Amino acid sequence: MISANLSAIFYLVSGVLFILALRGLSSPETSRQGNFFGIVGMIIAVVVTFLSTDNFSVGFIYVLIFILLGGSIGAFIAYKIPMTAMPELVAGFHSLVGLAAVFVAIAAFLNPQAFNLGVPGNIKLGSLIEMSIGAAVGAVTFSGSVIAFLKLQGIMSGSPITFKGQHPLNAIILTSIIVLIYLLCSTQSANLFWILLGVSFLIGFLLIIPIGGADMPVVISMLNSYSGWAAAGIGFTLENTALIITGALVGSSGAILSYIMCKGMNRSFFNVILGGFGGTDEVKGSVSKEQRPVKSGNADDAAFLMKNASSVIIVPGYGMAVAQAQHALREMVDTLKKNDIKVSYAIHPVAGRMPGHMNVLLAEANVPYDEVFELEEINNDFANADVAFVIGANDVTNPVAKTDPQSPIYGMPVLDVEKCKSVLFVKRSLSPGYAGIDNDLFYKENTLMLFADAKKMTEDITKNL
Amino acid sequence: MEIDPLIFRLSIFILSIFVGYYVVWSVTPSLHTPLMSVTNAISSVIIVGAIIAGLSGNSDTIFSTSTIFGFLAIALAAINIFGGFLVTQRMLAMYKKKKKDKK
Repeated sequence: MISANLSAIFYLVSGVLFILALRGLSSPETSRQGNFFGIVGMIIAVVVTFLSTDNFSVGFIYVLIFILLGGSIGAFIAYKIPMTAMPELVAGFHSLVGLAAVFVAIAAFLNPQAFNLGVPGNIKLGSLIEMSIGAAVGAVTFSGSVIAFLKLQGIMSGSPITFKGQHPLNAIILTSIIVLIYLLCSTQSANLFWILLGVSFLIGFLLIIPIGGADMPVVISMLNSYSGWAAAGIGFTLENTALIITGALVGSSGAILSYIMCKGMNRSFFNVILGGFGGTDEVKGSVSKEQRPVKSGNADDAAFLMKNASSVIIVPGYGMAVAQAQHALREMVDTLKKNDIKVSYAIHPVAGRMPGHMNVLLAEANVPYDEVFELEEINNDFANADVAFVIGANDVTNPVAKTDPQSPIYGMPVLDVEKCKSVLFVKRSLSPGYAGIDNDLFYKENTLMLFADAKKMTEDITKNL
Repeated sequence: MEIDPLIFRLSIFILSIFVGYYVVWSVTPSLHTPLMSVTNAISSVIIVGAIIAGLSGNSDTIFSTSTIFGFLAIALAAINIFGGFLVTQRMLAMYKKKKKDKK
């Protein structure tokens, strides 16, 4: 057994290694090393925990068994998961962090002696407050992430589920959580603890159901943040610096990502959370508008346009992920490059279903990351480019956001695709995007619509090049 | 008067939020997905609490309600730790630079 002071120092070391793990992500070159630091930090934390408890009874074997069991499931998932399913995977992982926090809180509540927190029925007040906050946030993270997972997976409809009195109901439940924590701390009643958990599960569920599928980037980042705060709450209970540091890091990381995503949609955080906006295409697609003429073409036309271009900018969106078109796209770009055509990729902050979703898919298809640009970096280049190839994106290219103050997406930063000499727009139909508004780009003189599945169209173009 | 140790932990917490704030802003947007998966993995350091709970039994009571919740939490956190780090590694391995020797 090692002393409490020594183990505290080791926990601090692993906390610092976790900071370095995130720091490494500032560039792809240092990122792999960063991930390695994270792994080392985790190993230190786990080994120190073993060493600091002098109880190496039979329980030790079971701890190892459960680590190996969970570890092999995790490793299996990590190797099998397709990159297009990353949003679901991350949502699923969030739910596990939340549930683990709840379970640790339950274990600590039932057996506080093991954690030096007092005895059942007389847990130290501070610890009880920290524990119940950690448990409540963990429960919200769990049920919220499960709903996010189901929506992303398509098991549950992506359209927002709203009902009358939703917001007052949520407000009442949130208030009751605070009251319950207060009562729990003054009475130490186990029943109140279970009720608190139940109510927290319920509010997590209710908070996420009104949020539409296309707002998932914000939801996932937000749940990421919650899972951090839950970990920090438990960290305070366990008086563990590694957990407190990590919780704070993850909490602020998720909060920043939510902020970036909201800014990418020009919506306030509360606007997203209150929900009821981001339905999916299919729902509103059938709204009939006056028919405006569009120019549509086939793969041959598209190939002709691109062959005669000197620079092409690709704008990928969620549709590319759905059609799994990233590899076909890379092959098309390879062919273009052989013809000495300059190609770059433009990524909107909210393209896809989670932050950085498109970048990962392109990386998977072996697109070098220095050909991929963010909105601010590339937006001025559209005016000088010959062809913009929009594949599976829609609202993020809609010029209405700049011109029409009445539009729901007015003010949202968009890619200036319309400034290109010609625009190729791969889409299955003319239906509007998730914002439910028509894209002016479809009707522009220099736009050629390619109505087809993204993957098939890309392959056909490659054949014609 | 002595300072409550809670204040020290609170200081660590607040300072870590600031560290997190500045570190995460410096993360390049193209790595935001790996950022999420790695934060998942590291927040599962909550496994230390689960291990303490799991080891709290003695040879007569290896399985009490408390240790069972501990064991379950260990399994959940382990899924996340292994899954999170490995999937991050898998993603990061795909980020490649343009080859210098252009054909």
